[in-house]
Amino acid sequence: MSTEHISNNESFESLEVQAYQREVRRNLLLSTPALIVLFCAASGPLLIMLVFSFLTAGDYGGVKWQFSTEAWFQVAFYRDIFDETVSIANAHVSIFWRSIKLSFLTTLVAFVLGFPTAYFIATRPPETRSLWLFLVTIPFWTNLLIRTFAILEIIRNQGLVNTVLITLGVIDQPLDMLYTDIAILLGMTYVYIPLMILPIYASMERLDFRLVEAAYDLYATRWQVLARVILPLVKPGVVAGSILVFIPSLGAYVTPRILGGGKHLMIGNLIELQFGQGRNWPLGAALSLTLLVIVMGALMVYVRSAQKEGSGHGH
Amino acid sequence: MSITVAVDVRSVSKIFGAGTGQEVTALDDVSVSIAQNEFFTLLGPSGCGKTTLLRLIAGFEHATHGSILLEGAEISALPPFQRPVNTVFQNYALFPHMSVSQNIGFGLEMQGRTKDEVADTVGAMLSLVKMENLKDRQIDQISGGQQQRVALARALAPRPKVLLLDEPLSALDLKLRKEMQVELKRLQHETGITFIFVTHDQEEALTMSDRVAVMNEGRILQVGAPHEIYNRPNDRFVADFIGDTNFISAEIIERDENEIRMRLPSGIEIMIPAPPDLPQSGEITLAIRPEQARIASDGDAVSIQGSLTDEIYIGTDTQYYIDIGTTSPFVVRVQNANGETQRIPPGTSVGISVDAKTIQILRD
Repeated sequence: MSTEHISNNESFESLEVQAYQREVRRNLLLSTPALIVLFCAASGPLLIMLVFSFLTAGDYGGVKWQFSTEAWFQVAFYRDIFDETVSIANAHVSIFWRSIKLSFLTTLVAFVLGFPTAYFIATRPPETRSLWLFLVTIPFWTNLLIRTFAILEIIRNQGLVNTVLITLGVIDQPLDMLYTDIAILLGMTYVYIPLMILPIYASMERLDFRLVEAAYDLYATRWQVLARVILPLVKPGVVAGSILVFIPSLGAYVTPRILGGGKHLMIGNLIELQFGQGRNWPLGAALSLTLLVIVMGALMVYVRSAQKEGSGHGH
Repeated sequence: MSITVAVDVRSVSKIFGAGTGQEVTALDDVSVSIAQNEFFTLLGPSGCGKTTLLRLIAGFEHATHGSILLEGAEISALPPFQRPVNTVFQNYALFPHMSVSQNIGFGLEMQGRTKDEVADTVGAMLSLVKMENLKDRQIDQISGGQQQRVALARALAPRPKVLLLDEPLSALDLKLRKEMQVELKRLQHETGITFIFVTHDQEEALTMSDRVAVMNEGRILQVGAPHEIYNRPNDRFVADFIGDTNFISAEIIERDENEIRMRLPSGIEIMIPAPPDLPQSGEITLAIRPEQARIASDGDAVSIQGSLTDEIYIGTDTQYYIDIGTTSPFVVRVQNANGETQRIPPGTSVGISVDAKTIQILRD
């Protein structure tokens, strides 16, 4: 009787496994077109970049089909054109450092501002939530370039902020906000904050607010409720939002170009320079791949630490 | 000064949407005193205001008028986390990102107890609700009944002065619900904490409570021990909501100090002990429980005459539906003692015999 039972269970389980495998196969088939597009559009150019990064720079741009590791060398080191002495490429290091620093700060500021916004929207009555979400997405309607110039108009020396402050008599001299790291930070935060708000909102919307009540009931203060109940439960949204803000910030081009005024370069500008005025395509390709590695490394560290923290609650 | 009052609700009203033009009165001038160590139940249909009253005591809502005292101290203005009151929620509201032990220890941790204290109390609570084996499980890895136990342990762990229970058994199946009813009574005895229990299930209310408050449309209609509520309902709604009741209108013929004589629709006149504050004449409503009426046999005094329309066997009892000329039939319930039932063919003319002492006169 009992053995029969077990064998029945086993055959049932194997049926379940088969059904699951069938489903996986069917899903794979359905996603084939998307996979083909992704492969051609992402892997193709990447492959070209990889090959280019090991070639010699052409005299007027382009590449000479001659194997060389010079581009990879130049990513980190600088060779003096006269006496061939080698030193660390300070310019590159400082640009990479600025990019990472500004992207990190952008993510942080976007989180600090975006989290309360997402909370606000999620706690509105359902019929008004879509209106608030709509307002959040309005900036996407306008071209990034135009929005960035709008910020420039606001913060430049004769811009809106300075004019108002001077008229009100708060300051005598205009504040130098344009062409600083702060300007880039402001611009990037403005551009990418919806990418932080939307995933956090999606998590927050699924949050059972009765859990918040339960925590209040169990003597948790507002901050404790936030730290011990709300944040852990919306963490998937925070992780997603941080990734969505950090990665494009790291590769940002338009914002640092306009608001940094060419003085405060980020990786994106540096890469563009190599393909343009610099006429050093291999270096541009090597820098792009370096950026890719940095992004992947940061992602892996972040996701792993987020997972570890998540599973830590279980044991 | 024999019984101390745990919770004193004084003339509390709660109006939702005040000032919006769409005002909903959830509680209308409610006053009730709940004694210490009492198992007190708020019973009523959904929307009667029982959950609102519970949420006012917990601090999730604030009263529009009136005040709430906990052991003599005004708590109306305190936020939930400053009230020594804990709630067992209808859906349990357990933290899904914490283990069973972490859930139970949450309140203690928030109170700032030391790690050892938390561990000791959590251990004691786990054994109180018999969940020691599952202490490291995640919430989604345990059954509904087990979640219920964790929710109870979590709310009891900080030793609140009052435990509020918001229909905690409604999500469980019948058998588990019966077990938990016994379990809850046991927990209340062992911990000595005042329980305020909200339910719409009259049977649950009658079996578990020391006292029951029957609510409807934002008001408390009657407060009393289960047998008082059942045997002496003072209101038509109470009589109707709790158990089955036959309502018969009658006409007062005359009354004196102790007794009242009235005429039933059948024309039969009966005398019953007169409650005070009853008019000298006019129409009144009588309530008669099905099990307190009998099918008259030879020699019984017949109170009401009618003809049998239906006979329904329900296991322990048999119910007889008798047409007595009113809109709904009169129901008589007879216990099936010794497995025998009295079989009466439909259409038979039968007499119904009622002990005058069991008849309730209702205010309308």
